[in-house]
Amino acid sequence: MAVGILALQGGFDAHRKTVESLGFEAFSVRSAEELERAERLIIPGGESTVMTRLLRRFGLLTLLRERIAAGMPVFGTCAGMILLSSGVAGSDQETLGAIDIEVARNAYGRQSESFETPLNWGDRVLSALFIRAPRITCRGKGVEVLVSFEDAPVLVRQGSCLAASFHPELTGYKGVHRYFLNEMDSEPRTNEE
Amino acid sequence: MSEQTWSARQTATWKSKTGLAEMLKGGVIMDVVTPEQARIAEDAGAAAVMALERVPADIRKDGGVARMSDPDMIEGIQKAVTIPVMAKCRIGHITEARILETMDIDFIDESEVLTPADDRYHIWKEDFRVPFVCGCRNLGEALRRIGEGAAMIRTKGEAGTGDILEAVRHMRTLKEDIALIQALPKETLMTRAKELGAPFHLLQEVAATGRLPVPNFSAGGVATPADAALMMELGAEAVFVGSGVFKSENPEKRARAIVDAVTFYNDPGKLRDISRSLGGAMTGIGMDELAPELRIAGRGW
Repeated sequence: MAVGILALQGGFDAHRKTVESLGFEAFSVRSAEELERAERLIIPGGESTVMTRLLRRFGLLTLLRERIAAGMPVFGTCAGMILLSSGVAGSDQETLGAIDIEVARNAYGRQSESFETPLNWGDRVLSALFIRAPRITCRGKGVEVLVSFEDAPVLVRQGSCLAASFHPELTGYKGVHRYFLNEMDSEPRTNEE
Repeated sequence: MSEQTWSARQTATWKSKTGLAEMLKGGVIMDVVTPEQARIAEDAGAAAVMALERVPADIRKDGGVARMSDPDMIEGIQKAVTIPVMAKCRIGHITEARILETMDIDFIDESEVLTPADDRYHIWKEDFRVPFVCGCRNLGEALRRIGEGAAMIRTKGEAGTGDILEAVRHMRTLKEDIALIQALPKETLMTRAKELGAPFHLLQEVAATGRLPVPNFSAGGVATPADAALMMELGAEAVFVGSGVFKSENPEKRARAIVDAVTFYNDPGKLRDISRSLGGAMTGIGMDELAPELRIAGRGW
């Protein structure tokens, strides 16, 4: 299975290493041809404003929307979660609307407030690293909450889309990637809206 | 001796510090002196901005002592953008760094571009919650700074010149230093550590992994999209642009072009189109015109 890592800007390196360590082929996605080749896609952390601008400027935004609608499994971390969300609180920043959540940017604070904490995921314990992380402020009823921290969901799934506020690619915990690569199937969108 | 590398033994704080540097990869960090410039940089797609009172080209022109910027000026820029904001303190100026830390700066650059406050010692960066970036010209200097707690390294280049020569020289030297220690048998490492002035345990990690334990960016002399792409080609993981954007004829266009060039650094066809009609680049100063005593890359111990 060819796993694409969106590599316009941000933490693509660490995702690639994690995917490869789980025995999958990973490659960088910067062009339409590469995006077409991806059977699954990871959108890394980084600056969501930069990624959106580059997606638009290089004609990938529409194609990405189409691939997601057609059911390509996608996993977004941090800025990637912002891109997958349906909107950013208090901002008109363009997003993909793939998961029915609204997020607030940098809501866990600036860099000096970045932190790592253990979180329960069913009977598993994962180590979650939050870096200038987005916080989910509200969600639609179609959104499944897999992991929460304090009163906010931090790992959510809707159909074939998965999103995390934190950075599983930086802590050596591979369970979230394993879940994305092994347990999520392609689910084309039914257009209920 | 532990089987784990030095990196693997570090704390959560270290992970979140280098983690932010990971998030800046493939991006451009731009020097800005006003909130207006910061917004231009953010709109162009900068991954972060460096807030300072004068860009390096003006520091060179004006002369005198260059110090940490006014907190009001830095806060104005923090309010103007949502991307990370960095600021510079003088080499060894613990107090400037402490002041910046209270302002929730996202990264402190202990920078040779400002006039050094200490001609023997750098800041012990591990004591801070805020991550630091430091400059280097070779592997020894990079590992000394990492040993003190730097979470990101940038090769220095020669700031404020618009001449890419020194940036290339420093990146090449760093890469060659790394290639050499990887190629040599382990009994040579201790002597290399002595020659490079590098902490031995960090040199061991580099010999094993073939890379610095923290992200490695490039700075000093980038004036065109092609310059930025060249530094990526040579192994930089992101690029700092100081005077190159706002000392050019059309900062908006040039800023966007440099951002695009860093993403598509290995696509010459795209780079050709990215380089078109940008207006004049900064005039710059060639390294052969710059007297040795006016060069700042040598600051740092």
